[in-house]
Amino acid sequence: MRRKQWRKLEEGCFIWLMRLALLIAVVGLGSILFTITSRGWAALSWEMVSQPPSAGFYLGGGGGILHALLGSLYLATGATLLALLIAVPVVLYINTYGRGSKTAEMVRLVLNILWGMPSIVFGVFILGLLLALGLRTSLLAGTIALALVIVPILARTFDEVVRLVPHELSETTLALGTTRLELSIMLLRQTMPGLLAGLFLAFERALGDGAAVLFTAGFTSSMPSSLFQPVASLPLVIFFQLATPFPEVQARAYAAALILTAIVLTFGMLGYFFLHHVGKHVIR
Amino acid sequence: MDRQQEPRNASQPAGLRVDSMHHRMRRWQDRIGQAIMGALAWSLLGLLLAIGGVLLLRALPILERASVPELLFSTTWQPMRGLFGMAPFIVGTIAVTLVAMLVAVPLAILSGIYLAEYMTSRARLFFKPVTDLLAGIPPVVYGLWGVLVVVPFVRNELAPWADRNLAAYCSCFANTNPSGYSIAAAGLVLSLMVYPIIVTITEEVLRAVPRELREALFALGATRWEVTKVTLLRAGLPGVVAAVVLGFSRAFGETLAVLMVVGNVPRMPGSIFDGSYTLAALIANNYGEMMSVPLYESALMGAGLVLLLVVVSFNLGAWLFLTRRLKRGGEA
Repeated sequence: MRRKQWRKLEEGCFIWLMRLALLIAVVGLGSILFTITSRGWAALSWEMVSQPPSAGFYLGGGGGILHALLGSLYLATGATLLALLIAVPVVLYINTYGRGSKTAEMVRLVLNILWGMPSIVFGVFILGLLLALGLRTSLLAGTIALALVIVPILARTFDEVVRLVPHELSETTLALGTTRLELSIMLLRQTMPGLLAGLFLAFERALGDGAAVLFTAGFTSSMPSSLFQPVASLPLVIFFQLATPFPEVQARAYAAALILTAIVLTFGMLGYFFLHHVGKHVIR
Repeated sequence: MDRQQEPRNASQPAGLRVDSMHHRMRRWQDRIGQAIMGALAWSLLGLLLAIGGVLLLRALPILERASVPELLFSTTWQPMRGLFGMAPFIVGTIAVTLVAMLVAVPLAILSGIYLAEYMTSRARLFFKPVTDLLAGIPPVVYGLWGVLVVVPFVRNELAPWADRNLAAYCSCFANTNPSGYSIAAAGLVLSLMVYPIIVTITEEVLRAVPRELREALFALGATRWEVTKVTLLRAGLPGVVAAVVLGFSRAFGETLAVLMVVGNVPRMPGSIFDGSYTLAALIANNYGEMMSVPLYESALMGAGLVLLLVVVSFNLGAWLFLTRRLKRGGEA
């Protein structure tokens, strides 16, 4: 009898510990959102998002961060498209032609390693290539570095959805006399909502990553103009503004952080929506 | 495939002949698709090797000047005098990661269990977005929050408290630094960044445990907590190991958020409240000046190489451990 009470007590203790753990996370999230909103809201203005910086911006001069906003959107869009072109064929390959093979196992292992790879390593890698080729930082180099960061994210999310497709469906498709390429197309249709969700997740990560673009996209105060010119990005604008000693410039960093968080979380929610509510061609 | 080699009948209707053309085209498409997609799949391995190769090549000049143990274990970092001992950065990185994992892993596993086992589906609708939002917030915003909230908290509350109550047992809790920019601050910020990764995977793992296993345990009279303990330790261990390795990799190489709160002091830390410096922060911080000092760039590439090697070997280690376990027949 005492043994039973002890077991109940153990469970009760752990339930409270678990609730405490969740509470800590909720408090942490609340604290982040509250801090960013309360500090950022005050410095937020239309000028910030509608104008490029004017002279002396980092000393408290006028202007805004339109250049970084656009730069970030260009970088993230390009990187997402590039990652899509690499990740989708690879995932379809390991689920059709290479299903259950050593190659598929190797690719999944490499994807796992790349997923855990710090984004600064990709940045330094592209920097090393640029130095070896004698090139400068540019929008293109930043896009490639970011694409490398998000390829494993996109591929792993997509792979998980593809693996959920019932094997019977693939067998039925093959039994109709399709080639494996046509089977891949079937899988692609079947997993479209999951792929879209993965795309938004990847886009979100690309927008927020500053370490990969630090050496590759460079930094500038002018608007993005060409693929071969450096561009500014939101994470770096926040980082550099915060590093200045002037309170009004720091306040603008808070506002920029609020803008970045809002954009990123919006795309996160869109991804969530696509995962759960879209799927015209999905056979259930 | 044999269809094509069947003897062709002259009286075959025209439609079928077109069809066999069509067949041949589809077969070619299939082969071309296989070639392109296969090449892309292998190129990922190529990418990994290329990253290692480029970093190694760029780091060669410094490797020729100084031996590997000297670079890894010397504590003197004076680029101007040509001394590139990385030990302070390596120790700083390990310390920050360790603090982050010690805080995040228990919290995240407990939360994951609660989400998967105890929560009603209605309550989960409320809590699931918490982890999703935490995972979505960009590193630089975490850094900003660290500067505004965590650093003052460490400076005013945590460090004085630890100094009063714990420093007597271990000097690693001594309050040595009045600024608050410290290993502890970086570890706390990182722990919240790593938390959602581990929670999500733990929860998925627990949900994937076969229902029969669970019901069998309930039938034996186990409490829900006992069922969880057994399923998590037996069936769920591979997933949890994977989650922890991923969280570790993320914490080990996180750059901007750590750079903003760790204090950036290139010195061997003696206490978790000391300012410190990590490998990733070292690379990011010295980007501007590295062209002017000889060998500086090479040293930074070397730091990148260390990050790469640690992450690769950790992942390979976890993979070996898991496949070995699987080959033994697993335990679940």
